[in-house]
Amino acid sequence: MLTAILSLAALALLASFGLAIAARVFAVHVDPKVEEIEEALPGANCGACGLPGCSELAKRIAEGKAEIDACPVGGESVARAIASIMDLSYAGTGGRSVALVMCGGNDQVAAKRFYYNGIYDCTSAALLFGGDKACSYGCLGLRTCAGVCPFGAIDMLPSGLALVNPDVCTGCTKCVSACPKGIIKMVPADRLVHILCSSHDKGGKVRKTCKVGCIGCQRCVKEAPEGAISMDENLAVIDYRLEIPPDVAESCPMNTIVVQGGDVGETVTKVAAGGEE
Amino acid sequence: MVENGEMRERKNGEVDSASAESGGAAKSVSKPEKKEKKKEEITPRFLVSSSPHMHEGQTVSGIMKLVIYALLPVTAFSIFMFGLAAFRVILISVGSALLFEALSQRVMKRPVSLRDYSAVLTGLLLALNLPPTSPWWMILVGTFFAIVIGKQIYGGLGYNPFNPALVGRVVLTISFPVQMTARWITPSMWGMNPVTTATPLGRIREALLSGGQVDLHLSRQGFLDLLLGNRAGSLGEVSVILLLAGGLFLIAKRVITWHTPVSFIATVWVLTGIFHLIDPTRYANPSFHVVTGGLFIGALFMATDYVTSPISGRGMLIFGAGCGLFTVVIRLFGSYPEGVSFAILLMNGITPLIDRYTKPKVFGIRREEKAAA
Amino acid sequence: MPLRSFFGGVHPIYNKELASGAAVEEMPLPKRLVVHFTQNLGAPPEPLVKKGDAVKKGQVIAEARGFVSVPVHAPTSGMVKSVDVFPHPVGTDLPAAVIEPDGSDEWAAECNVERDSTGLDGEAIKQIVFEAGLVGMGGAAFPTHVKLSPPENKPIDLLIINGAECEPYLTADHRLMLERPAGIMEGAMLFARVLNVSETIVAIEKNKPESIEAMRAAAAEREGVRVEALDVVYPQGAEKQLIFTLTRRRVPAGGLPMDVGVLVQNVGTAYAAYEAVRFSRPLIERIVTVTGSGIKQPANLLTRIGTTFQDLITQCGGLVNDTGKVISGGPMMGVAQYSLDASVTKGTSGIVLLRRAEIPQFVSDACIRCGRCVRVCPMTLNPSALSIFIERMDFDQAAEYNANDCIECGCCAYVCPSRRPMVHHFRRAKAELRKAARKAG
Repeated sequence: MLTAILSLAALALLASFGLAIAARVFAVHVDPKVEEIEEALPGANCGACGLPGCSELAKRIAEGKAEIDACPVGGESVARAIASIMDLSYAGTGGRSVALVMCGGNDQVAAKRFYYNGIYDCTSAALLFGGDKACSYGCLGLRTCAGVCPFGAIDMLPSGLALVNPDVCTGCTKCVSACPKGIIKMVPADRLVHILCSSHDKGGKVRKTCKVGCIGCQRCVKEAPEGAISMDENLAVIDYRLEIPPDVAESCPMNTIVVQGGDVGETVTKVAAGGEE
Repeated sequence: MVENGEMRERKNGEVDSASAESGGAAKSVSKPEKKEKKKEEITPRFLVSSSPHMHEGQTVSGIMKLVIYALLPVTAFSIFMFGLAAFRVILISVGSALLFEALSQRVMKRPVSLRDYSAVLTGLLLALNLPPTSPWWMILVGTFFAIVIGKQIYGGLGYNPFNPALVGRVVLTISFPVQMTARWITPSMWGMNPVTTATPLGRIREALLSGGQVDLHLSRQGFLDLLLGNRAGSLGEVSVILLLAGGLFLIAKRVITWHTPVSFIATVWVLTGIFHLIDPTRYANPSFHVVTGGLFIGALFMATDYVTSPISGRGMLIFGAGCGLFTVVIRLFGSYPEGVSFAILLMNGITPLIDRYTKPKVFGIRREEKAAA
Repeated sequence: MPLRSFFGGVHPIYNKELASGAAVEEMPLPKRLVVHFTQNLGAPPEPLVKKGDAVKKGQVIAEARGFVSVPVHAPTSGMVKSVDVFPHPVGTDLPAAVIEPDGSDEWAAECNVERDSTGLDGEAIKQIVFEAGLVGMGGAAFPTHVKLSPPENKPIDLLIINGAECEPYLTADHRLMLERPAGIMEGAMLFARVLNVSETIVAIEKNKPESIEAMRAAAAEREGVRVEALDVVYPQGAEKQLIFTLTRRRVPAGGLPMDVGVLVQNVGTAYAAYEAVRFSRPLIERIVTVTGSGIKQPANLLTRIGTTFQDLITQCGGLVNDTGKVISGGPMMGVAQYSLDASVTKGTSGIVLLRRAEIPQFVSDACIRCGRCVRVCPMTLNPSALSIFIERMDFDQAAEYNANDCIECGCCAYVCPSRRPMVHHFRRAKAELRKAARKAG
């Protein structure tokens, strides 16, 4: 018994000694800044910066190979924190941006042209005639963006639309590239007026396919401040550099323009109400 | 490209005139619009899916039912041999398997899928692997481990790494060795005169452990009895002939392939044959080893379980050989008289590995220059 | 010596008898033709007409753009009513010209003139084939003249004329072989002349004994041509599998038939080449099988390119009430259509209409690893593992398991007891891999 205890203890001592030496000899010099920066980064390893993970980005920033605001997720606050670690100044870009699904055509208001039977995934559905929505620009509602969001910021509404929660969204743009329809856009988080449509179809076709689609009537263009809303191939598009008063939304005959309040659900209620009108 | 530009211009032009027309009457627009919409409303008419648009018609429940049909003769025979005791075991096992399946799926908020018959099959297979004397509570423990721990915890049918029925059986073998390995009864018509006895393999094990010689008389005598099933054992393992009939039925129906059973049984036969040649006084005749114990039910019905065995023919051959090897090692050198279930479970564990190394080669050789470019 | 077939495959219910007895009838000129500009694999041709233009039958309305591209011709004389986006049977919405026939069906100059082909050399034939807008008429619609131009280092020693028609339901090739064997044979000989090959095989599945007989009779007095009867197993008519059955040569993964010195042409293409070379008729019509339990009178119709599915269905007596699926092509590899506005293209071999009760639906249950898909995959892939990787969105792993070699024949999904949408999975993986490759540059 005693021999067993002694021999094991000796073995343990030997091993720990070896480890201690190894730790000294083979120690890798790590710039303390890298660790500090990594600490400051969100740590989600989401890959939005284009690098495999946060530690890789931290290394690049410390080496000066990446900008201090290279993390799209952390935004301004993280950039400031990194700036102070790196003894650099950070001016700021002014506001963070969040993702927005540019479609209000839920199942009540947007027509479908066939019964889809296949994989529950937008990219797969888009392989068959671009999806079952009669509008070829519509949100297919099959959860692909919600699936790739590393922060759980996208909810699937029972009415068949994806909805980004702007309070949770970090602006990593993963959903933007995942959406096969390309209808998720980055918008400044502090803007409340949005045109929830991506259709470049002519007005007549839009009327047939969707009750809340932009028909290109240009009323909002006239109502809004000069240049704030412009037409791009039958679609009214907001220039987010300019502020738009909420009452412009009233001018839209299709209820395509929504005013987003603090409440996430509000957008949807507005859209749904528009359909019933 | 030019064409596109033209179209764009034209589109915009048309929209312009449309908006000019509707410019004045802002609020009243919606009403007449609606009528027009009613007429031309787009409604889905056809089903659109990826090809193919035909199906053979086979379903998971259809396959499960075929396996159950294949086991019916064995089940009937076990009731004939062990009487009400066997019927009781089967009833409790199948019933509780269904109950646990439904309960666990309800708890885990998954759709309850009793209709795929997989729980019935698991319950039946477990029952056929139990001695007729099994107490009711032990069967419940078995089905609980089989269904809940062996299958549903992993995500349900298709995701379980180990054969559920075998998980149940092995848990019972380890936890209740007395009930599982020591209380055997002799078969008799309708189980009228049950007499406590040992299984043929058990007797050999005892003889080996007590340092005595294997009773060669025993291993040769009544080979026909062994084939027919006139011996002590688990409910379903006794009748080799009926098991074989069921297995052939499944092969004919293309539910299973020959690979796993043939390689499993052949390996056991060859290995025990080698040992028999080395020392016939200690190691029994290979044919005896093949027809006793749970080898046939294991090779034909347990090792061929889809989810837990390799998918390709080559993989199945390796899998069967591995099962055979472990079975022989456990039977001859282990502390249990029977090793089929342990062997299959062990091989279940390395199935992913086998699958990876027996990945089928794609038709046609890959061009070298393509890889380079 | 019986020919041993490739590995795997399935034996679906063929249902060819629905239309196989119906002789080819000419589809009357419809009131409106929707002629798609994109009718070939490769670069889409450049449209030449606009709204209001008058066209003659056989006039080029879209010219080839690049080498892998062929012109499109007006199927009849008339007026271009509009140019707009229409559903294309391959599964997207694409621009097409709507032509209103004037009824006179007047040929353009230089078309429909008989020509003596004996003096033509290979290059001249190739040029005619290109100008006639020929593409593979079995469904893939790959430009024929490109196939006829193998690079110097890949000599062709065998021409296979594919009359296997392994797709269930379809009978267009069967009727063509039965009714016009001499034309097919002459077209095949033109191909043989271009490629300078001495051996030609006409491959037909055994379930078409009349076709085999007709083609044998037509081939009798020609040298170097033989007709082979093939076992009935789907997908016998897939290029790689067909070549393997006939020659034991394996087309490399990711390679083309020319890599093993073989060229495969569909019987319809051979016939179109005959028409183009002998009579200067561009490819403006083809035989389309309209069949299935969802149509009242199944038929084989000689149809102008651009005829809408609606017109064809009306011609065949209309749909039965509970028709739930409209398939362009066969039921194993065809594309389900959402609208009857889709129109016949050069690659449309048939329209199959299925009633709701007989449509299998995908349910995406978990894979139980039964291995049926592995045993039927003619490309010897592991569809089970692939579909599981793709479900997990592990596309790199899918690429490693050769997802890109899938020929989308549908055998795996046909036998899957869990009703998993296997082919859809693979198409998704291919799309994702293409996307990733584009991103990587």
